[in-house]
Amino acid sequence: MKNNPEFIINGILSGDRSVLARGITIVENDLNGAEEIISKIEEKTGNAFILGITGPPGAGKSTFTSSFVTELRKQNLKIGIIAVDPSSPFTGGAVLGDRIRMRVHTKDENVFMRSLGSRGALGGLSLKTSRIVSLMDAFGMDVIIVETVGVGQSETEISKTADMTAVILAPGFGDDIQALKAGILEIADIFVVNKSDLAGADKLELELKQTLKLNYTDTSIPVIKCCSTRDDDFENVYSEIKKRVDYFKKEKILDERRLNRKRRDIYDLIKSEIEKITEEKIKKLGGIDSILNMTDGKVYLTEELKNLVKM
Amino acid sequence: MKKIKVIVAKPGLDGHDRGAKVIARALRDAGFEVIYTGIRQTPEDIAVIAQEEDADVIAMSLLSGAHNTLFPKVVELLKEKGLGDRLVVGGGVIPESDIPFLKEKGIKEIFTPGSKTEELINFIKENVKCDEE
Repeated sequence: MKNNPEFIINGILSGDRSVLARGITIVENDLNGAEEIISKIEEKTGNAFILGITGPPGAGKSTFTSSFVTELRKQNLKIGIIAVDPSSPFTGGAVLGDRIRMRVHTKDENVFMRSLGSRGALGGLSLKTSRIVSLMDAFGMDVIIVETVGVGQSETEISKTADMTAVILAPGFGDDIQALKAGILEIADIFVVNKSDLAGADKLELELKQTLKLNYTDTSIPVIKCCSTRDDDFENVYSEIKKRVDYFKKEKILDERRLNRKRRDIYDLIKSEIEKITEEKIKKLGGIDSILNMTDGKVYLTEELKNLVKM
Repeated sequence: MKKIKVIVAKPGLDGHDRGAKVIARALRDAGFEVIYTGIRQTPEDIAVIAQEEDADVIAMSLLSGAHNTLFPKVVELLKEKGLGDRLVVGGGVIPESDIPFLKEKGIKEIFTPGSKTEELINFIKENVKCDEE
């Protein structure tokens, strides 16, 4: 398949699934043309609602996503799914298994799913996730669901990428709610207590509600209890999440988050440009080893080095 | 550098997935990104997954005896989606006498019981046209 940016951009805007898939590959691997595709596609984005799904491993993130997508499809919405699973820190390899839970949507032409390896990023997503979201947005998705790797306590990257974040918990993981408090519990715009058929679900729900009362300024965070393998539960899940989305729109929280995202993205872009300048500078100074020679092998900025860097 | 992406799929009515899981694990340890589809996939499912994931390799495992029907069907559907250039390989309990037919239908290699995982890994490394840029 052709890799040239113009072909990819046109293909994505005209709704060609194979081209979208290739575009994602180019962006994910930072192949030639990635920058051009992203910069030209940017103006076509901003229509999709981005929902983040996060939570500990085995809490049921993929199964929840699948059932929720079934409900969204009843509203005739076009759905993009990005599911991130961990890459090995040793070999770089990965087994991406989220598709197994989402097989009912495979043949649905209005659902496009992509699996990503985290590739060394530690925040629960891969570095290119937000760019892949942009491609799906430009493709015409109404809702894009981003599912993180199974997380512990501190992987909060998703709250920067998504418009709204749902934290999925299940009984058995939640006994130490208090210990979990700082970190992923802070980024929840919605709590889902999954596996409601298991013992302990009511207790978890209660603990969450009490924690919310004590600790949060936003007292409107819902705790939704459901069993993800039971489709009947999802009418309620949908209406609760819809309520939350409406609230976000009404209170301008959504606008604020999107503006913050833009601020951060442009900041990151400038940072990566400056990184390139740094690389050039180091090259000009004869490489990192000769710089170390200048400082007698010590790691500090001598006055001489400071001046050289500023030049 | 582009990572090699492999779909490990179990087509048809066959729930024996120990082999497929061993393969998925071995490919992971070789540094590939592996998407495991789970059992009982239709050829259509496998083709859609290969398309959405933009996979370089489609590796199918089948122990039910339906390989002569299902493997070529997947190749056919991949071609329909413009993915005729992807590497398709198969494995499982497949009689020697069926292998020439399968190769003629576009399955590049068949790995029968006793094959070493290294053979598959090396075959993939040698045959994936990774358009690294």
